Amino acid sequence: MKYQLESKEVMSMTENALLSATNVKTSFRIGDDYYAAVDGVTLTVNNNEVVAIVGESGSGKSALAFSILGLHDRFKTNLEGEIYLNGTDLTSVSTGKLNQIRGKDIGMIFQDPLTALNPLKTIGDQIVETLNLHTKLTAKEKYERSIHLLKEVGIPRAENVHQQFPHELSGGMRQRVVIAIAIACDPALLIADEPTTALDATIQSQILDLLNELKEEKDAGIILITHDLGVVAEMADRVAVMYAGQIVELADVFSLFRNPLHPYTRSLLSSVPSVKDEKEMLHVIEGVVPSLPKMPRQGCRFKDRIPWMEDNVHEEHPELREVENGHYVRCTCYKHFYFPEEEEELAHVDTNY
Amino acid sequence: MSILTINNLKVHYPIRGGLFRRKIDVVRAVDGLSLELQRGETYGLVGESGSGKSTTGRSIIGLEEITEGEITFEGQNLSELRYRDRKEYYKDIQMVFQDPYSSLNPKKRVKDLIAEPIRNFENRSKEEELKRVQELLEIVGLSPEVTYKYPHEFSGGQKQRLGVARALALNPKLIIADEPVSALDVSVQAQVLNFMKKIQKDLNLTFIFISHDLGVVRHMCDRIGIMYNGRFVEEGTAEDVYENPQHIYTKRLVAAIPDIDPENRKEQAAFRRQVKEEYKETEHNYFDENGSVFDLKPVTDTHYVALP
Repeated sequence: MKYQLESKEVMSMTENALLSATNVKTSFRIGDDYYAAVDGVTLTVNNNEVVAIVGESGSGKSALAFSILGLHDRFKTNLEGEIYLNGTDLTSVSTGKLNQIRGKDIGMIFQDPLTALNPLKTIGDQIVETLNLHTKLTAKEKYERSIHLLKEVGIPRAENVHQQFPHELSGGMRQRVVIAIAIACDPALLIADEPTTALDATIQSQILDLLNELKEEKDAGIILITHDLGVVAEMADRVAVMYAGQIVELADVFSLFRNPLHPYTRSLLSSVPSVKDEKEMLHVIEGVVPSLPKMPRQGCRFKDRIPWMEDNVHEEHPELREVENGHYVRCTCYKHFYFPEEEEELAHVDTNY
Repeated sequence: MSILTINNLKVHYPIRGGLFRRKIDVVRAVDGLSLELQRGETYGLVGESGSGKSTTGRSIIGLEEITEGEITFEGQNLSELRYRDRKEYYKDIQMVFQDPYSSLNPKKRVKDLIAEPIRNFENRSKEEELKRVQELLEIVGLSPEVTYKYPHEFSGGQKQRLGVARALALNPKLIIADEPVSALDVSVQAQVLNFMKKIQKDLNLTFIFISHDLGVVRHMCDRIGIMYNGRFVEEGTAEDVYENPQHIYTKRLVAAIPDIDPENRKEQAAFRRQVKEEYKETEHNYFDENGSVFDLKPVTDTHYVALP
């Protein structure tokens, strides 16, 4: 049955996806040069689907989300490629048109709810603001709609909260308000940038449940950006693992966790402390994500962080290839990859303190 | 002998208002907490934000005014002592803060950052001080070349190592780590956790590990205390708490941990719903009429639960 599901997915991927981004390349200006933070990403999102984008900070996952929404400073960034949402190319529309799309067709949930909300306006006003821009409801209808939204995201005493200011609410409540604003106009696509990173475990599971409901009920597509692999395992339908501006592995969530291929995916998975199995030491990925100007543009970008692998296992021009049905991997180094036995990382630590 | 004993610790903050800013009410951040810590163990303080776990940590090293209760460190009751005499003991208790980006002064060089506690407590010549700083850097796995760098030149994980190096400067016996990895990426988090385990073994340190990430706590800690509204709801070894949670609050907390295996997604969701139902139905059995937590009662030798 699972196989059927997958093949159906591949079909719809090529045909009518909700969002299809092709070869997106977002470059930021540093000094006089442009450096690509998102480098040739191709990704589709369908209705009623959660696509998770995973990676360390600096891997370009937020830059990709901001590119879809056109939130980058146009004078300092260079956006190439095509991003189609329901047949409209988001990269070429005017700012005015884009303003109509943002908030209406695409909703965005930001990481930090406190900075995403205006501290000087009441919760109600901030929800109504979105409705003002995109709907022609009367004042009374807007009020009712905003109360309805607050109830929908599970806020008790919605009438009271409507008149409160952001500082009067707890972190989880604030994040719910941000979600209420994001879904105010029933967007077809929801981009959630680390929606639960700042929250406690119990509230996190409530927010995730809420997102799941939205997906099911409104038939929305969701892009979930996170570095928490537990959240990915709970939520995602498909997963894109990003490293240094590129997708290094793309697969449905079951095959990715059952059979992770790319060294980066495997390293990430083994560096998470698990509640279930006990391991004395966690795997450490050597080094850091290179900064933009220093990012390698040739060959396998992950090469420097797995120095024990020989050079000839990497491809010269790594490309994303389909190795199984719906499972894409970049570069050939995954075929030979193994973890080094001991942690060289800590070997030189002085013990006679 | 236990290294640290906390007996019925209470930290209350006054809420002032009305005429002359009178004390009209109190916030009970920590409300009757007792704890015993053995040398060389790692104790995990877990709870949601606002449960008082950080306040507990901060009052142990004297950053909070204690309303009531005793903190005994190596047989000496700290709350009895005058500040001047207490200082001696605070040498042995150090803290690692949550956010490495804001806990290091950006205007100071590494040398001055790490030497600060040494300058406060010890009389050393410049050469000795420099030698000690470089020793410490070596312990945390940084090369001596970084001595004259500034914090912004380091990555997140390296900054957190500097924070640990500073905490180690005076050969402390107890380190309180307040969410030391919450601000870090998974890969960097692994690095810092490994390294903390390593120095603990090498230097026979006692750790209090404050975190809301239950996966990390499971990985690091021998014993765990779950806090809610300033009190313990459950205390026990990692196994007691994770495999056999007794209090409904702990059950809910454990159920909320995301499962890393997507195949279990359905069962996990069902389990969570079931716990949620149970929580709704039996919540009142676990809290008294004011909504506060009962006193801890032993279930087994190591496992304590707050039951009526």
